[in-house]
Amino acid sequence: MGEVLHVRDYRAYFHTRRGIVKAVDGLNFNLSAGETLGIVGESGSGKSVFLLSLLGLLPKPPLRIESGSAQFGGMDLVTASEDTMRSIRGNKIAMIFQEPMTSLNPYLKIGTQLIEPLMIHRNKTKDEAFKIVKGSLLKVGIGDPDRALNAYPHEFSGGMRQRVMIAMALTTHPEILIADEPTTALDVTVQAQILELLKSIQKETGMAVILVTHDLGVVAGVADRCLVMYAGKLFEQGSVDDIFYRSQHPYTHALLKSTPRLDKALAALPSIAGTAPDLSKLGPGCPFDARCEYVKEECRNSFPTAKRTEEHESFCHLEKLP
Amino acid sequence: MGLRYLLGRLLGMIPVFFAVVTAIFFLIRFAPGGPFDSERNVPPQILENLNKKYHLDEPLLMQYVHYLNDLAHGDLGPSFKHANRTVNEIIGEAFPVSLELGLISLVWALLIGITAGGLAALKPNTAFDYIPMSISILGICLPTFVIGPFLVLVFGMWLEIAPVSGWDSIGDRILPSLTLGFAFAAYISRLTRGGLMEIRSLDFVRTARAKGLPESLILVKHTLRGGLLPVVSYLGPALAGIIAGALVTETIFSIPGLGRFFIESALNRDYTVVMGTSLLYFTLIFVCNFLVDVTYTILDPRVRHE
Ligand SMILES: Nc1ncnc2c1ncn2[C@@H]1O[C@H](COP(=O)(O)OP(=O)(O)OP(=O)(O)O)[C@@H](O)[C@H]1O
Ligand SMILES: [Mg+2]
Repeated sequence: MGEVLHVRDYRAYFHTRRGIVKAVDGLNFNLSAGETLGIVGESGSGKSVFLLSLLGLLPKPPLRIESGSAQFGGMDLVTASEDTMRSIRGNKIAMIFQEPMTSLNPYLKIGTQLIEPLMIHRNKTKDEAFKIVKGSLLKVGIGDPDRALNAYPHEFSGGMRQRVMIAMALTTHPEILIADEPTTALDVTVQAQILELLKSIQKETGMAVILVTHDLGVVAGVADRCLVMYAGKLFEQGSVDDIFYRSQHPYTHALLKSTPRLDKALAALPSIAGTAPDLSKLGPGCPFDARCEYVKEECRNSFPTAKRTEEHESFCHLEKLP
Repeated sequence: MGLRYLLGRLLGMIPVFFAVVTAIFFLIRFAPGGPFDSERNVPPQILENLNKKYHLDEPLLMQYVHYLNDLAHGDLGPSFKHANRTVNEIIGEAFPVSLELGLISLVWALLIGITAGGLAALKPNTAFDYIPMSISILGICLPTFVIGPFLVLVFGMWLEIAPVSGWDSIGDRILPSLTLGFAFAAYISRLTRGGLMEIRSLDFVRTARAKGLPESLILVKHTLRGGLLPVVSYLGPALAGIIAGALVTETIFSIPGLGRFFIESALNRDYTVVMGTSLLYFTLIFVCNFLVDVTYTILDPRVRHE
């Protein structure tokens, strides 16, 4: 399958008064059409900053892209002009967010908001656009599109609003859909429905999906490949099987251990001891050193280079995980 | 829905109005002194006749009933101090002047305030932000009796481009309305900036950007409506305050508005004029706030459905 996105050595730092916050520090990955890439990592690991900055949605300053490139459709998103980025956003790359309750404008009818991408990017008239979005609403499981178009967001539940967001993202047939924790704010059954919906739409349209989540269970369910981030750094990436069954990284291990499993009932879920480091005070070593049970001298002095077996890539000084 | 709520507000107004009438009526009469106390050397016979003419010799309760009856017929009674003039006449003459001054001032305040606040919000932490926001602090702190003479000095005396008193030509409107509107413009600019800045940091604006909308469209379509709600809710009190607070400005620029009568009547115990002007201001405040409620209902769909 064709590759749609190449990210190389991507570094995005916040230059704040209190110092430089290295929110994203060296990401490398490829994304193929039709593929779902899961990005996991604890809170504050830089997942949102990476994706928002990729689309040019974070103000610069304070953010600066320090290095790297993101090749998409024959151009580099890092150096593209604001006008170019605007023509890509909501068109070739669409994004949905964690907070369905607040991501829609409370003052405008859902219909008015839904047709905006088509009117901006496809020069559709209102009538044409309404016809198309009705189709999209049906596709995301909203049975009465006419009513939905005339409703205001507050008349809908969180799950319904997230469906609306997905419908909006789909209207322009994007090549990539970025979903930043799309189900975190929803209850479990709705969560499953939304993920199911994303999966089926993807099968139909062949778009690539980047799915950010805290929940490794979600990754196991819907992702093809997975990327593990910690403190702005890439720790491990590979197929879902690589990550779940052949993980080479102590952090991934710890994450897996703290994920609830249906087949093993545990009295109490172990969580990873310690807290994530302050991203403005990182040394040259591995940022996980203080919390890692296998920490060695060299971990404190240098960040490891990649250990690779085919698609599977892991960044750890440890020869082999015991 | 919203309509029932608004109707309820209108009906609820009736008992409040009645209570206000009663309160002012008795309060002003219990204040020491009477309308004819300050006339020197009035022969007792004439005083008696005067009291009789204005029903002041009757029991208070009867006077109250008389007043209510007249009020119900739209008659605010004769002035005690301005012989041969009714309160209706006085208000009819002076109020349009105050109203015009107030409205022009409000237009200034909105134009200047929203433009300045909008610019500041578009370019925060730049000169577009710092300069108007510093001036607005001045506008809020400086009283009208400082701003008015200052404008007179600069534009009237030194530059000689605007008349400094009277209420005849269009030009006469410029300095008084700027004086009166300045503080309100200052306040509105800060409300606008605050409202827009807050809205711009909200999730749905990020969604609008993620859709690829141009900044100008995001501002007009997605942020203005919510961002200006604070300004809208301020408009009711502002308009009422602007009209009622015109007194100082009217005095500085010798404008024949209602403010003068309001103060004068209270000092002179001109009972009917006090009642008339107070009731007018009360009604004005109520109507302004009611209009704001209506506007709010139109602007915010969430209120509409409650
Ligand atoms: N404007 C900013 N200025 C300085 N630091 C920031 C700014 N925005 C985010 N950060 C920092 O960047 C880091 C990464 O944040 P990010 O939101 O990407 O985490 P995340 O992985 O998405 O977490 P979560 O799972 O909670 O969404 C955090 O440490 C955060 O404090
Ligand atoms: Mg996040």
